[in-house]
Amino acid sequence: MIHQWMLNKVGVKNQAAENGKEAVQIHCSGQGFDLILMDKEMPLMNGIEATKELRSMGICSKIVGVSSHSEEKQIQEFMEAGLDDYLVKPLNMAKLRSILDNIM
Amino acid sequence: MLGLGADLLWADMNRLLAFLFHQGVLDEQFLQLQQLQDETSPNFVSEVVNIYFHESEKLLRNLRGLLMEREFSDYKKMGIHLNQLMGSSSSIGAKRVTNVCLAFRAATDHSNRSGCLRALEMLEHEYCYLKNKLHELFQIEQQRALAAGVRYPVQNN
Repeated sequence: MIHQWMLNKVGVKNQAAENGKEAVQIHCSGQGFDLILMDKEMPLMNGIEATKELRSMGICSKIVGVSSHSEEKQIQEFMEAGLDDYLVKPLNMAKLRSILDNIM
Repeated sequence: MLGLGADLLWADMNRLLAFLFHQGVLDEQFLQLQQLQDETSPNFVSEVVNIYFHESEKLLRNLRGLLMEREFSDYKKMGIHLNQLMGSSSSIGAKRVTNVCLAFRAATDHSNRSGCLRALEMLEHEYCYLKNKLHELFQIEQQRALAAGVRYPVQNN
């Protein structure tokens, strides 16, 4: 909810998924996104599994992983799933703007 | 005299917030939340925090349930709940709760059951304290909004 409000605040149209499985289903329905903020810890299908699935589907959108983990091993595991970048929680407006600036 | 009640309550709110920051209960992430609140979403902070309370209590129950199991060994499952709690706590600026989650996570990484139990008790204590203080803050905010909404009739003598 907080991340959605942050995105709304900077005028970015967005859609939230409750879990990784829903994120994958949204893409299966044909919808496309410039940016995916992928939480690592999600029920049903976690961020690593969802990222791998999206990449195997040929999704080329920028995927930025978000997690409370800051240990290198954990970050590497997530990056290897197919991320373009990684942010440690909490997300703030400055971190979000830096990601958005890289896309525009 | 108009608005004096609201001003006093505003001062009370700021005093409480300063206290919570000084004690390390909250950090700058809470300010980020406040900055997202505006006329179009005047209750944004309390709405987000109430969702956080609802989700956190579920996670705390899950953690306690796991640790109370006689044959408990699923530290991985515990880690998943902990990571969720840690992520949401840091996202609302609950600094002390986040720090206790970190210590708890270290105990799960070492499969240290007694360490986990101690950390859980500390976590429940910190969470309760945070919840009470934020409820106090929102109550003052509500009273201030009501007081600021009071209008005295102008007297023409």
